Amino acid sequence: MRAVAVVGIGKTPFGAFPDRGLRSLAVEAGEKCLRNGAVKPSQVESFYLGNFAGPAFVGQNHLAPYVSTALGIQGVPATRIEAACASSGSAFFHAWAEVAAGISDVVMVVGVEKMTSQPTARVSQILAEAGDCSGEMKAGSTFASLFAMIARRHMHDFGTKREHLAAVAVKNHAAGALNPDAHMRKNITPEQAMKAKPIAEPLTLYDCSLISDGAAAVILAPLERAAEFTAKPVRVLGIAQASDYVALDQKADITTFPAVRKAAEKAYAMAGVGPHEIEFAEIHDCFTIAEIIATEDLGFVKRGEGGPYAFAGCTGLKGERPVNSSGGLKAKGHPVGATGVAQIYDLATQIRGESGERQLARHSLGLAQNLGGSGATCVVSILGAA
Amino acid sequence: MRSGTVYTETMIWSAPEAFAAEAPYQTVIVSLDDGGRVTGRVMGERVAIDDRVVEAETRDGVPFFRKG
Repeated sequence: MRAVAVVGIGKTPFGAFPDRGLRSLAVEAGEKCLRNGAVKPSQVESFYLGNFAGPAFVGQNHLAPYVSTALGIQGVPATRIEAACASSGSAFFHAWAEVAAGISDVVMVVGVEKMTSQPTARVSQILAEAGDCSGEMKAGSTFASLFAMIARRHMHDFGTKREHLAAVAVKNHAAGALNPDAHMRKNITPEQAMKAKPIAEPLTLYDCSLISDGAAAVILAPLERAAEFTAKPVRVLGIAQASDYVALDQKADITTFPAVRKAAEKAYAMAGVGPHEIEFAEIHDCFTIAEIIATEDLGFVKRGEGGPYAFAGCTGLKGERPVNSSGGLKAKGHPVGATGVAQIYDLATQIRGESGERQLARHSLGLAQNLGGSGATCVVSILGAA
Repeated sequence: MRSGTVYTETMIWSAPEAFAAEAPYQTVIVSLDDGGRVTGRVMGERVAIDDRVVEAETRDGVPFFRKG
């Protein structure tokens, strides 16, 4: 297996862009990425697109060649990967595998979602289709309601408090306020977070990630060729994808995500590091409770300690292990198919020391955790300075 | 009718398109006495974790539970 590096990165701002289509966003991210990596379209040997629901959101299918040809990438394999909110994390995993296996040298991954062209109730419906449509969704569940049920049980079993959830929202908004590319750049107070309108109890509006448009892109190459493309390669030290039940009611215990634990275990083993060596992380905070549980499942803290850990400030920009220095899905935004690659972009930007006001003191070893649905897919990636 | 214990629950205020007219409504995952879990809806009084519930009716394959 060959050592693999990220040699180019690109991203659009995240937000609501009524005059931008899916392809226009994907092409902007892709072109920025090609320039960043000094890669010509003709050098790209394989193309992956992470996208959750382009057909439902914008009525377009066959999306991979639809985007790759617009980038001037001709004739190569162009493959779309769908894994709910982990679509582009999974696309990144498969692109990495292709380079690591020696099948291709230069592989591009783009993640994109165009969501704001639909009203919120329709967006909720489309997102709900990533759950089990024969059971939980037939009962009227939304993704917020599934994570609300997870939060209720976590509170019951471990004493996690409403204040703990609010602390995650406040922290991620504080980081997002410093990120020029974030969808929502405003600070909030814990009171605002707790008193906001209920979405699915105990979750309020501020416990939920945003409905956003956006795209992100990266280019992978063998580490031994990285210098041809960039002076600042970022090495993929460990990566794994794992799966679990789609329906929440099939899981033995909904306060932990087995797919996160399995992916993390394999990624740590590949990288030869343990959770306590990870200096910073981008975590899939689709809902505040998801970030709390992820810090437990990734081994940063013991089970049940994720809430107090966030509440104590340990995951803030100045904390012992900053989580979501980008603002996370909560404030940076969550164009679902773009999120996995955007996390890789954010890790690479920190590792390269290019994160501006949000630049962390310790930034040489970072972890990204991308979750699909209520935990049926998880991709964990560990990146470090090459 | 099936009976069991509430494993978890939530009150949904922001519903998907197809259920918008019914909001707010409560959904539950019930640990059934005969084994396994099922996702359903709540009729009547609100329920909380560990409450006992019985299935009052089934609509389009979805079980509706009532406290008791």
